[in-house]
Amino acid sequence: MTNSSLTTISAKPAPEETQTCWSCGTMRAVHFCEACGKVQPPAPVDYFAFFGLARKLNIDVKALDKDFYELSRKLHPDLNARAGSEEQEWSLQQSSRLNDAHRTLKDPIRRTEYLLKLEGVELEEQSKSATEQARASGQVKKQIVPPDLLEEVFELNMQLEELRMQKKMGEDDPALIEEVGRQKLELEEKHDELLQELHGYWKDWDALIERERSAQPQAEPERQHALNKMVDVLNRRNYIRNLVRDVSEALEQ
Amino acid sequence: MATDYIVGIDLGTTNSLVAFMQGESPVVIPGEDGLNLVPSVVALDANNQPVIGNAARNALIATPERAVYSIKRLMGRGVDDVQEELKFFPFRLAEDLQPGEVLRIRLGDKTFTPPEISALILRQLKRNAERFFGASVTKAVITVPAYFNDAQRQATKDAGRIAGLEVLRLVNEPTAASLAYGLDQKQNGIVAVYDLGGGTFDISILKLHDGIFEVISTNGDTHLGGDDIDNLLITIALDDIQGDLGIDLRRNAEAVQAIRKAVIEAKIALSSQPSAKLEVELPGGKHYLREITREQFEQLIQPVIDRTVGPCKQALKDAGLKPEQIDEVVLVGGSTRIPKVRALVKDLFHREPHTDLNPDEVVALGAAVQANILGGGSVATENMLLLDVTPLSLGIEVAGGVTDKIILRNSTIPASATQFYTTQVDGQANVAIHVLQGERELAKDCRSLARFDLKGIPPMAAGMARIEVKFLIDANGILHVSAREQRSGKEAEIQVQPSYGLTDEQVEGMILDSFDSAEEDFRQRQVIEARNEAETILTALEKAKKNAAWGHLTTDEKKKIAKFEKGLRSVQEEDDYQAIRKAIEVLNQGTTRLAELMMDSAVSTVLKGKTMDEADMGEGPTAPHPVAKAEFE
Repeated sequence: MTNSSLTTISAKPAPEETQTCWSCGTMRAVHFCEACGKVQPPAPVDYFAFFGLARKLNIDVKALDKDFYELSRKLHPDLNARAGSEEQEWSLQQSSRLNDAHRTLKDPIRRTEYLLKLEGVELEEQSKSATEQARASGQVKKQIVPPDLLEEVFELNMQLEELRMQKKMGEDDPALIEEVGRQKLELEEKHDELLQELHGYWKDWDALIERERSAQPQAEPERQHALNKMVDVLNRRNYIRNLVRDVSEALEQ
Repeated sequence: MATDYIVGIDLGTTNSLVAFMQGESPVVIPGEDGLNLVPSVVALDANNQPVIGNAARNALIATPERAVYSIKRLMGRGVDDVQEELKFFPFRLAEDLQPGEVLRIRLGDKTFTPPEISALILRQLKRNAERFFGASVTKAVITVPAYFNDAQRQATKDAGRIAGLEVLRLVNEPTAASLAYGLDQKQNGIVAVYDLGGGTFDISILKLHDGIFEVISTNGDTHLGGDDIDNLLITIALDDIQGDLGIDLRRNAEAVQAIRKAVIEAKIALSSQPSAKLEVELPGGKHYLREITREQFEQLIQPVIDRTVGPCKQALKDAGLKPEQIDEVVLVGGSTRIPKVRALVKDLFHREPHTDLNPDEVVALGAAVQANILGGGSVATENMLLLDVTPLSLGIEVAGGVTDKIILRNSTIPASATQFYTTQVDGQANVAIHVLQGERELAKDCRSLARFDLKGIPPMAAGMARIEVKFLIDANGILHVSAREQRSGKEAEIQVQPSYGLTDEQVEGMILDSFDSAEEDFRQRQVIEARNEAETILTALEKAKKNAAWGHLTTDEKKKIAKFEKGLRSVQEEDDYQAIRKAIEVLNQGTTRLAELMMDSAVSTVLKGKTMDEADMGEGPTAPHPVAKAEFE
């Protein structure tokens, strides 16, 4: 993480900026003019700021949805189809931005990943390039197995292999299917536990943001700690999710 | 300012319709024949003039090599991916097609791309609307199957442009249907639209709340529909005929089309009757007759309609919904009239489907509603807003031939994604990007949309350039790409090579072409008609010279007629149809007295006991009547 990404955080999320409408000149809200309804040129803000939100992870999704629908009624290209070509272009840009922001923020995992990216953590890139390399070299991708799962995963993979073989031969072993099904349930429980754990770090993170907003001294080590914890939970969660997917596929085959 | 009419068009595989919002409700605009449905059939007549709709349908059997149907199946597709279609559809591809070129279909001795053929259908609908309004129509909303990919959408938009229509929006067919349904029912809830048409299948799940029509998920198959059922029945009939009579009619286009017509009639009958007769007259005077029971029919089509199950389950899964959570299932498309299809839908969603809407018209009506919204809305559509999704994930090819998905399917559109690229070697000026659409992991299994070449990157050391590429899917579901080198702030030039589709210049050329050739075709037809007319009058004159009446003319009159005759003969073979017409006119006037004398003699002949038919009137074309004659042979 570089210093430059830190400074972007301390900048306050864009509030309802007091600017004037390009068309009627009155004071306006960020994305459209309250007075004349005209769509405004897009501002280069992040997804949180787009909705006028602080960079916190606990979000009232219902309120987010409500804002999303209200903004859609102003920004959507269908409702600006008779505007001038420049305004139509803004409508397209703003509307896609709105949809991108909504899609990202309403989902807890995507929201967390997005925040990490904003904070300069290259979470996805690592795993993606690893996947590509593995594919290019024809190897099975090596994933870091969370240590506490090592033994269990080894066992499960053996069972999955057996299950696939049996299915291929047209055989049926109810005991094995039941056992794999039970393990799937356990994994799903673990997945839920990880989400709970993640929610705990959200709280820590949000408290730090709150502290900054009230102009208290920055707590860099604590920030770093919260971010690292989130990366760790997400990695483990992705691993478990892939396992659940594999198990489901093997059972459904 | 004159009223700007925006029409809604359902450009279907089998039938097309045009509708508009009359007051507060959408209505279909009928054609000159009074019918709402315009069959999506295009044929060339004897003068190489395009004929569309019901008129062209007859040509399918009479002159199959000059007619085409179900062209929608070829929209936005390449030679490689239509091989399967070619086994079942009598599409005649141009022989000189180059690899990578947009398909061209042969009609008579001319060739047309699928967008041009679709444009002819659109132009017919445009004319129907113009006749209805008594004003020109230049703006339209056109519907497309929800599961259409970028290339198929672009091809549809191109067709609109070629037809002289500004396509304000492409709307997904099931979504359009939901607009018509929602306007009618005014209820909130979760609605599934099951749309099985002539050639395509879509399933869309929507949330209707306070005027917002929000698509949650969509899935489908752009090559699944009533056509596939017809082809099954045709295959059976052809096999029967070969088995019983030992004649293989597969290569006999006329016979296959006659069978196809009979098969469709039987299929339709089977939706309301327990059995239907399949009866076809074969070349050589034999008859093919077969009785099909509904039970046999249902067994036969089961594999076809079962193909709709997978997409339905996937759509439910993507929406995160169980069948019980669907409040209403709306049926769209002619094929949903088949009782077995209705039973399957009931089974899938655990409820009786909503069948109040006319499945043939509801999509066009919905397109009219959307046209009204785009035009500024009315009391009925106030508060209505459509939030649709992209049906397929958008990806880019990365190292190892892997697809990296950057916009996932079922994302609300417009949607965008930004990717960063850099250079691999010092001073590299170009970067190539391969854009894909589809759900598969490997690039080769996805649909190639386009290859982009980022050009003009300022010279830098390897890895220094930071090129920001923005991918944006607009409200039509069509992709736009822009790029910028961040360090220099320079807009990178993008050269697009659509994998399947016409370039802007090609489309532009087709618009001009169609105007040019329309004028040229019109002129040629005029010349041919004028020559024919000249021939008729000259022949009549030769005959008249042998008539008794000729003897009653003065020498002066005869001289005058000879002069006019010579005048007409001298211009008859010229290309100037106006000159020919003028000479005909002159000769006509010069022979008025001759005609009168002949009329008198004809009347007196009648008085002598002869019939008018026997009396030679010496005028009027004696055009052969092949159709009537054929009955006696």
